[in-house]
Amino acid sequence: MTSAAVSELSVEGKVRLAPPSRVFDRAFKWLTLGMALSVAVLMILVGIGLYHGSRLALDKFGLHFLATSTWDPVREEFGALPFIFGTVASSLIALIIAVPLGVGTAVYLTELAPPRLRQPIVTVVEMLAAVPSVIFGLWGIFVMIPWLRAHLFPWLQKCLGFLPLFQGPIYGVSMLAAGIVIAIMILPIITSVSREILRSVPDLQREAAYGLGATHWEVTRIAVLSYAKRGLFGAVILGLGRALGETMAVTMVIGNRPEIAASLFAPGYSLASVIANEFAEATTDLYLSALFEIGLVLFAVTIVTNILAQLLIVTMAGPKTSRAVQ
Amino acid sequence: MDTSKAYHTWRKLKSLAMSGASFGCALLAIAPLGFVLFYLIKAGAGSLDWRFFTHLPTPVGEVGGGMANAIVGTLVLLGLASLIGVPVGVLGGIYLAEYGAERVNWWIRFGADILNGVPSIVWGIVAYTLVVIPMKGFSAYAGGVALGFMMIPLITRTTEEVLLLVPNGYREAALALGIPRWKMIIRIVAKTALKGIITGVLLAQARIAGETAPLLFTAFGNRFWTHNLKDPIAALPLQIFTYAISPYDDWHRQAWAGALVLILMILFVNIGVRALTRGKLSGVGR
Amino acid sequence: MTVNLTINQKTQATAKAAGPDDHPAVPVTEGFVANGVTVPKIAFEVDRLNGWFGQHQALFDLNLKIPATSVSAIIGPSGCGKSTFLRCLNRMHELVRGARLEGQILLFGENIYAPQIDPTLVRRRVGMVFQKSNPFPTMTIAENVTVGLRLNGVRNHAVLYERMEKALRMAALWDEVKDHLHRPGTSLSGGQQQRLCIARALAVQPEVLLMDEPASALDPLATMKIEELIQELKKEYTIVIVTHNMQQAARCSDHTAFLYMGRLIEFDKTETIFTNPGNKQTEDYVTGRFG
Repeated sequence: MTSAAVSELSVEGKVRLAPPSRVFDRAFKWLTLGMALSVAVLMILVGIGLYHGSRLALDKFGLHFLATSTWDPVREEFGALPFIFGTVASSLIALIIAVPLGVGTAVYLTELAPPRLRQPIVTVVEMLAAVPSVIFGLWGIFVMIPWLRAHLFPWLQKCLGFLPLFQGPIYGVSMLAAGIVIAIMILPIITSVSREILRSVPDLQREAAYGLGATHWEVTRIAVLSYAKRGLFGAVILGLGRALGETMAVTMVIGNRPEIAASLFAPGYSLASVIANEFAEATTDLYLSALFEIGLVLFAVTIVTNILAQLLIVTMAGPKTSRAVQ
Repeated sequence: MDTSKAYHTWRKLKSLAMSGASFGCALLAIAPLGFVLFYLIKAGAGSLDWRFFTHLPTPVGEVGGGMANAIVGTLVLLGLASLIGVPVGVLGGIYLAEYGAERVNWWIRFGADILNGVPSIVWGIVAYTLVVIPMKGFSAYAGGVALGFMMIPLITRTTEEVLLLVPNGYREAALALGIPRWKMIIRIVAKTALKGIITGVLLAQARIAGETAPLLFTAFGNRFWTHNLKDPIAALPLQIFTYAISPYDDWHRQAWAGALVLILMILFVNIGVRALTRGKLSGVGR
Repeated sequence: MTVNLTINQKTQATAKAAGPDDHPAVPVTEGFVANGVTVPKIAFEVDRLNGWFGQHQALFDLNLKIPATSVSAIIGPSGCGKSTFLRCLNRMHELVRGARLEGQILLFGENIYAPQIDPTLVRRRVGMVFQKSNPFPTMTIAENVTVGLRLNGVRNHAVLYERMEKALRMAALWDEVKDHLHRPGTSLSGGQQQRLCIARALAVQPEVLLMDEPASALDPLATMKIEELIQELKKEYTIVIVTHNMQQAARCSDHTAFLYMGRLIEFDKTETIFTNPGNKQTEDYVTGRFG
């Protein structure tokens, strides 16, 4: 044995081990705690950053900001109402389309699909979630919009033109187009969260209903869907939260006109879109501050929506299912 | 209750119809991906030549050129973002899984989930405040910070989940050998879960790679090579956006090509990662 | 009979005569002679030990002296606190959230629960083998055995190799794996994995080896091998084994403790416990009147 080897042995041939360092143990624990707390730090950073940047606009316009419709950078009159309208309207349209589709797909996947079909469909839906917003926007501009302008919109106007929703000139870029593209983008998260919620419904519920002679659909309706109501509602709100924040695809198909209109075919503007389009070019401090304030509104709205959604989901099926689709 | 045969048949028909409807929903749900991929390939594949990957953009309006700087720029931004996102996220995830009291952990998890739902453009605004304003200009650093902040809650959660999958028996066995706790966590637990941790990081990177909004006023984009990280830098999704909304047909063509490259990169990582880790996330391969 | 005190034992020999009736009988085995009286060398002296999981008390006022270089078995029905007690001996009980402990345990005379004591050091002296064998999945056989040394600062390859071979021999595994040391630890059979875990524990050169139902997941042949191994190991180590299998306790151990509902009912030579127990409850248990 070499002398180095010998030195590692103490008298009775017992190997000398490095004394454990309690300092290291404690240091590591604090290090990881600090990193974990970064989550809280980030939250505060965002809040403070947005607030600080909005001060000018907040001081100048106050709460009136939320109720004013003018957006005039030249005259420096700013109001967020058109954007709030645009964001809310396009999100609602998206929900109307995506929720039935998403929950329906989730029902199919958990209750009806043959096991071999399940994984491929789940994979496809997850892949859909991986497609970036800008690519949906690209496809939206060059494929979806022309098709809408040439086919779907005129058809809708023909059938339902008596409603103010479907009147007015058709450009293609519109609130409805934005709603459709957002729907495609929030479909995966609604589907996957709904699926987890439905999966967490205990089989006992289903068995009891089958035992009473219920049909497949009745079992689903009575034993599963109504049991999962709260969680499904949470999935919807989660989808809403996502919809509110969608930026690129919306910017590319909504028309970017800061006006409030009754028609779905009319162009609009959303909170995220105006920031995307105008932030880098804001010429005056007040202009920039107004955009900051729009960011603050957007942040506040999405936070509230997400908190609500998480609470609904967590109380139903546990925190694991609240993970957004990665 | 009406127990006649007719009613029973009606119930059965209704059930069948609803089953069909939900199947239809599933079909409609998987259709968009097919559509998008189809058009991407149709409109973009033709433009993917050697030039595209190696040339810089040509002056406005001119035909030709490529997106080399955008592709490289995306990789650079990913690297910068990972410098922030990976250490903070992984260590944070370690804390949540290995230490921590129930209450504190619940709040941190909740916060991370909320942050994961914040619109990405907001991160751009934060990075603008923290980096662009002090540096008086757009830069790769700013873009990296915006994307890095986005990565933190993502990676924290995925790391935590993967670590929790490691069976407790290994922790006990290691501690029973008189191994200090921090060493046990790093050299035994994290090592066992390494594949899963890396998976989480890769998936986060794939997600970040496609983000445009946070870069609009941080990295800002660049028509040339960026030689200094303090300067604005091009990125693939940014370039796609700029070209798509431009009035030039040739730029539209290149936007499709760029989009195809981007989606291939992202899908490649996603599918690859999922295939590699099918059922073996925690490295316990018995 | 005289036994050499090696420098491993950090205590000085105390000429403490065995008190006849202060605890349930302290069996006299090998010991050293002082003042003409043969005294047992005590590995663990458990003194008024009480243990809780949160509000629920699991161990009530345990007092016993576990002799060194012998096998002591802990038996009792499910839920009686056997494993909990075992984990108190190497300070693993406190790792459970909300777990609490009162009293003291002397390991060769040193209170392992003294406030300045680092639990990590205790665990190096008191090794543990678990019910479900758990070789680390990312390591080879060799790496598994030496992990306790490597992660505690030992780098010299010669030393590591020598320790590994010794440990594997002591665990009766060397011949079976010596040509496959680079294979993953998980590639072995169940019984072999458990012996690997024993080797892993022995490599750190503990003074005591705790075993929590080590053979309960193994087939009879593997179980027999483990039991033979225990008989060999007791020549050098103190072994405390928890088992729900009474026959195993009868076969393997020199002394047996019977626990019931968190209390120590009786602790005596195994032979006595199984043939002529002093306590009626013990008798009922070992004769199978309740389980």
